[in-house]
Amino acid sequence: MREPAAIIGVGCTRVGEHWESSVLDLAVEACLRALEDAGNPPVRALYVGNAASEILNEQGNLAALLADVLALEGVKAVEVRAGDASGALAFHQACLDVAAHGPGEGAVLACGVEKMTDVLAPEVERVGMLFEDARCTFHSGITIPGLCALLTRLYMDAFGPSYEDIVLFAVNDHRNAVNNPCAQYPFPIKPETIMGSPIVADPIRLFDTPGIGDGAAAAVLCAPEEAPKLSDTPVVVRASEVASGRMNFCEREDMFSIGSLRAAAKRALEAAGVSIKDVSFFEVHNTTSVVGILALEELGLAERGEGWRLVKEERIAIGADWPVNTMGGLKGRGHPWGATGLYQIVEATWQLRGEAGKNQVEGAQVGLTHNMSGLGSLSCVHILARGR
Amino acid sequence: MKPLRPVGIVGYGAYIPVYRIKASEIGRMWGNEGCGLPIVEKAVAGPDEDMTTIAYEAARYALARAGVSPREIGAVYIGSESKPYAVKPSGTIVAEALGAGSHLLAADYEFACKAGTEAFQTCIGLVGSGMVRYAMAIGADTAQGRPADDLEYTAASGGAAFVFGLKSKDTVAYVEGSCSYTTDTADFWRRAGQPYPRHFGRFTGEPAYFRHVITAAKMLMEELGLGPEDFDWVVFHQPNAKFPVKAAKKLGIPKEKLEPGLLVPIIGNTYSASSPLGLAATLDVAKPGDRILMVSYGSGAGSDAFSFIVQDAIEEKRPLAPPVRAFVQRKKYIDYATYVRFRGKLLR
Amino acid sequence: MGMGVPRFWREIPHKYRLMGSRCRRCGAVYHPRRPVCRRCGSRELEDVPLSGRGRLLAFTVIRRAPSDLDEYKPYIVGLVELEDGVRVLSQIVDCTPADLKPGMELEATPRRIRAHGPAGVIEYGYKFRPAIKWEPEGAEEGS
Repeated sequence: MREPAAIIGVGCTRVGEHWESSVLDLAVEACLRALEDAGNPPVRALYVGNAASEILNEQGNLAALLADVLALEGVKAVEVRAGDASGALAFHQACLDVAAHGPGEGAVLACGVEKMTDVLAPEVERVGMLFEDARCTFHSGITIPGLCALLTRLYMDAFGPSYEDIVLFAVNDHRNAVNNPCAQYPFPIKPETIMGSPIVADPIRLFDTPGIGDGAAAAVLCAPEEAPKLSDTPVVVRASEVASGRMNFCEREDMFSIGSLRAAAKRALEAAGVSIKDVSFFEVHNTTSVVGILALEELGLAERGEGWRLVKEERIAIGADWPVNTMGGLKGRGHPWGATGLYQIVEATWQLRGEAGKNQVEGAQVGLTHNMSGLGSLSCVHILARGR
Repeated sequence: MKPLRPVGIVGYGAYIPVYRIKASEIGRMWGNEGCGLPIVEKAVAGPDEDMTTIAYEAARYALARAGVSPREIGAVYIGSESKPYAVKPSGTIVAEALGAGSHLLAADYEFACKAGTEAFQTCIGLVGSGMVRYAMAIGADTAQGRPADDLEYTAASGGAAFVFGLKSKDTVAYVEGSCSYTTDTADFWRRAGQPYPRHFGRFTGEPAYFRHVITAAKMLMEELGLGPEDFDWVVFHQPNAKFPVKAAKKLGIPKEKLEPGLLVPIIGNTYSASSPLGLAATLDVAKPGDRILMVSYGSGAGSDAFSFIVQDAIEEKRPLAPPVRAFVQRKKYIDYATYVRFRGKLLR
Repeated sequence: MGMGVPRFWREIPHKYRLMGSRCRRCGAVYHPRRPVCRRCGSRELEDVPLSGRGRLLAFTVIRRAPSDLDEYKPYIVGLVELEDGVRVLSQIVDCTPADLKPGMELEATPRRIRAHGPAGVIEYGYKFRPAIKWEPEGAEEGS
């Protein structure tokens, strides 16, 4: 889908343990910030991405509730669920909505929210398994980190890196999180610290998995034609593509291939009329480090089996060849499931507006975000560009 | 007792869990440093095993030797005193797992350690009467021993399964005859809802085990016109290493005939599986024409006695599934802490 | 919380007997079951029991377990390639991680998957263990 929409406002909460905020409170905070940032335009529709509020927070039907609470009388309200791709999928739906209506019809609000700290960690682990094929996860007892562990073992055996090499992806995330006021872990981390943390599923260490946190992020969209009137710094959505893939990674002929990412990225680049070399920075979905590495390979930034070298040589740092996860990524900024996809949009918007502070990618013109459910059952790829 | 038509064993199978705990390790816990330990080591079910999974394993190996389709099984009876459900038969779970279909009888039996052989008797009756073509009897247990009690040294886990059918060239052994001696004797029991059994010490010897085993053996020999010298092998219920040896002596049967079936020193007392596993281990080495005496014992109390004659089919069917010794030799030792952890789960 | 009885009941034949799907048209075999063949698009697939034997491709040890399997941790989960060619995720039991090597032979064994508390139903299903080997005269150790 070509240039369906433009972003005229963004806002988010910090990612962390918000004991005093409910899932609704978080969504409200992010939405009000985004609306404020957009100059409070009239809103026609609201899309909410969330993975598991019924189970985690005993509150369902979030879009309808949020519309009510935000006093958006009579607006269209749609809840979007797709595990940890819910955020970008909600944003995608919002783009479609804008494209279907055109200018002068009002703005569309897209919000991703997740509150994961109302339950204990083993319960979070259990719920995460629901987003994969439960016939496999619930029978075998394999968790999401467990699936990443198998992939990590296979990758190490096939291509040679040590696990210390692999976790350098998380080190990059943390380095970038330092300058993100909304990050859950705004401090650098050494590989030794990761290697010294408890093992979650051999060989995956605790600090190679995203922390458990709460957060919400939101964006206000309008038709590209009217964006310059409504905002000084509009960001154009050049492409918004979604593709599914084989849910069980062990059913993929090439177990290292993330088919959904390949398909979505290809369509997105075509729709946007850019090649991968034109992209200034990437926000990828690193469930654990090995998945981030495989995403780089799938995007074509490195050959199969070479992605880890790209990371080791620090060629994904801000200022290097391929800046990746410029505001902290899933590990540094955090990963509240249904919100992550919108955090990526918000962060990409900051970059393209020149508002990324110390993490600014010089001359950023085009950004690519990749949000995924699990290990690739669904991928959403967005290509954003600086508005004219 | 004999059925109207002769009945034989079409296939047999065994299963013993991999874990072992040494009696000396249990003794270490309770201040008994190696004196008078009743056995060397016993088999312990893993944390995800129970009587049902053990019964299934033995059953599938029995089916492998039987060479019949699971859908031809007309009855599945499991004898056990460690049923995971007080109400819901494990027999249905095993039948489903075997793919036996739905046209069959199933139930679980309780008669302390002779529940498995009680199932033998029923299966012989069902087959011999023509009501079903094949009937499977399983003895399986994950016996619970109360901590610090004598029986904790020996209460163990295991299972053995036997597919019965009309005597034919495909049966590995046929039943020459059987009998049962039953009285109301409370030597060992477990009240409903209680996790561990109780027993009355030395009362479990003469008036219980020995009276029933010896009487049943003599009853059978008299009925069949046989003497102890007519048997090549003997299998008794094995609560410990001493009782079966003493019973053999009382009957005038030399100790060597007990040997293949005497598993208790290295796997413990597998309760309802005890004499069935002994029979399986004996069939693993017996030759066509051999006569086997098997006498079980179940507290409460009773003994089933059987005489089996081994047939030619044993030679070709024996290699179709692991012999008992394959399970005996497959072992991993655990310490008492691990044992408690594993055993605690079995009580859920 | 947890799986209700009907949900695990309808899975019983497939969990007890490790079943998959085979395409009647092109012969492709799948696990878990599928209604549409990925290879040829046919909608004529039948339930088939899969081979209970396979080899180990990779494994991990779950140390942070989901809430309903907490009591079993640490447990081994492996990726097993069956003789049919399908790959299956499964717990691996009766061994320690040190016993396992990629390529080794495993066989399916039915075990408790979980019990729904001390009073709830018990779910059974397949896991894998190192294959038990034996010889006519003298048996080898199975693990």
